[in-house]
Amino acid sequence: MLEKALQGNKAYWGWIFTLLVAIGIGFGFYVVQLQQGLGVTGLNRDVSWGLYIGQLTYMVGIAASAVMLVLPYYLHNYKAFGKLVIFGEFLAVSAVIVCLLFVVVDLGQPQRLMNVVLHPTPNSVLFWDMVVLNGYLFLNIIIGWAVLHAVKKGVRPASWLKILIYVSIPWAVSIHTVTAFLYAGLPGRYFWHDSLLAASFLTGAFAAGPALLLLILMIVQKVSDLKIPKEATQTLTKIITYAWAINLFMLLLKIFSAYYSQYPAKMATFDYLFGGVGGEQMMPWMWNFVFLSVVSLVLLVIPSTRNNPITMTIALVMVVFAGWIDKGLSLVIGGFIPNPFKVHTEYWPTIPEFFITVGVYAVGLLILTILYKVALAVQRENAS
Amino acid sequence: MAINRRTFLKAAGLTTLAGVAGHAAMELLTPGALEAARPESVGRFPEELTAKRWAMLIDTEKFTTAQTFQRCIDACHVLHNVPHIPGDKEIKWLWTDSFKHVFPDQQHDLIPEAIKNQPFLALCNHCDNPPCVRVCPTKATFKRDDGIVMMDMHRCIGCRYCMAGCPYGARSFNFWDPRPFIANIDPYYPTRMIGVVEKCTFCEDRLARGQIPACVEVSEGAMLFGDLDNQDSEVRRVLRERFSLRRKPSLGTKPHVFYLI
Repeated sequence: MLEKALQGNKAYWGWIFTLLVAIGIGFGFYVVQLQQGLGVTGLNRDVSWGLYIGQLTYMVGIAASAVMLVLPYYLHNYKAFGKLVIFGEFLAVSAVIVCLLFVVVDLGQPQRLMNVVLHPTPNSVLFWDMVVLNGYLFLNIIIGWAVLHAVKKGVRPASWLKILIYVSIPWAVSIHTVTAFLYAGLPGRYFWHDSLLAASFLTGAFAAGPALLLLILMIVQKVSDLKIPKEATQTLTKIITYAWAINLFMLLLKIFSAYYSQYPAKMATFDYLFGGVGGEQMMPWMWNFVFLSVVSLVLLVIPSTRNNPITMTIALVMVVFAGWIDKGLSLVIGGFIPNPFKVHTEYWPTIPEFFITVGVYAVGLLILTILYKVALAVQRENAS
Repeated sequence: MAINRRTFLKAAGLTTLAGVAGHAAMELLTPGALEAARPESVGRFPEELTAKRWAMLIDTEKFTTAQTFQRCIDACHVLHNVPHIPGDKEIKWLWTDSFKHVFPDQQHDLIPEAIKNQPFLALCNHCDNPPCVRVCPTKATFKRDDGIVMMDMHRCIGCRYCMAGCPYGARSFNFWDPRPFIANIDPYYPTRMIGVVEKCTFCEDRLARGQIPACVEVSEGAMLFGDLDNQDSEVRRVLRERFSLRRKPSLGTKPHVFYLI
């Protein structure tokens, strides 16, 4: 079926070429990082994880959110999602690959990566993160590909596929839970040390993920013959609304327990992020996050703006961006500031770090483009 | 008795399964026990210093001059080829910081000026319950039977999870190649490569050759090192007589560096 990705118009090849250029630039900077070390990044002794691990966290959420299409369709037989499920699964595939690549580019000794497999360490959450991410990747590749193959041949998907699909539902929850456990299980990192972290990760993901998927599908709709059923859009935006509201509610819970108790270590990171205590680099981003979150929630809650294509699109872009500031940026950086000595050392990505990040995302987009191209071609053949 | 092909394959399959499952089960139930079950006698010096539980005492009253601190830090950093990298990507095994930074939970505005202005040594605490060991995905950092938290620089993949896990900021990462930043390379201790994490090792290399840690040796009695498990050891006697602090005891990591106040 892959050969279908080799047929396209000028715009398609232009897009592929753009992605390849971005990948090439990112790879060039990665070679520099490999030779000179992670010193070329903005990371330091105090903020030892940054943009890369932030992107890992955000994209795990995007990958997990495919379950918001899979679950209604396969467990509740919700037909409106029928044509879209495959796009959710393929988004998950490319998102997980992006996650794994971000782990690799963050390593100081990437050629020793297989030590994680050679010396399996069940007490390390990172070991389990590797297990669940790879498992989820294979589940979605197998499910997506097999379903598409069945569509191509005009037969019903094999019955064994059902089992994998049912397994993939709790598995989606597990990838974001385990990713949250990376942070939530560390003593003395008060911003992360929170039993709600996994739950708030999931709600944030179930808003930002479907929002990103809908935006991508709107673009796909413009450049292909895909038709997003109106009912599917309406249901997805409702899911996004609820998930987003719960996500922001959980953030307020965190702020309450920090400030009402007046627990200094719990307040310290919020003071830094929103109050600029010890450094103001993150403050504009955080207040942008507040603005985007509140406005998007209002636009999503009011039915007329939620169903109006223009205001809905604005709201979705806002949710995706606010979710990114929350998880892709402030979560990881905030956890390290202040440091264990109560000293504020700031971090900001460097140019190599930025282009490596863009390059990794371009790899994800390339895989996504190819998979979507195949899926669209098969669906078109099936319809005619 | 003749074994046919089918029986042989069955037996071979079962044996393999038992081997793999057994190893996995051992790892799960008693992490690290298999790895630790090595011959005791491999390559040991007869003069090796041993203990059931190593611990360090820092007598803050005896650290009165800047020279005393510098002597200890230099001894450590020179001996272990610790590079001197300026800026926020620095490497340090042993260093000083103020009371309010080393003991942030004990800090208040009215503590004596002398303590406020006095530097305190900071280093790896060789915890009994070390979060860095718990989170390491490759067992590159591990706890020895004598309590020393060790690093295997050849296994470390540089994921820096241990740095996020350590609540004492004791770990440094080689963001750059460290070798150009070492003034005089000591050939008796390995230099590190780019992209691995390092920290104080309680001078396990010196203990193996019958010497106490370098900082303790040059401290002129301001630091003590000994077996906490031995009732009659000097460290136990001093801890009975003097009031001591440990860093962040509420985190449950059980540090084994004690500060005599």
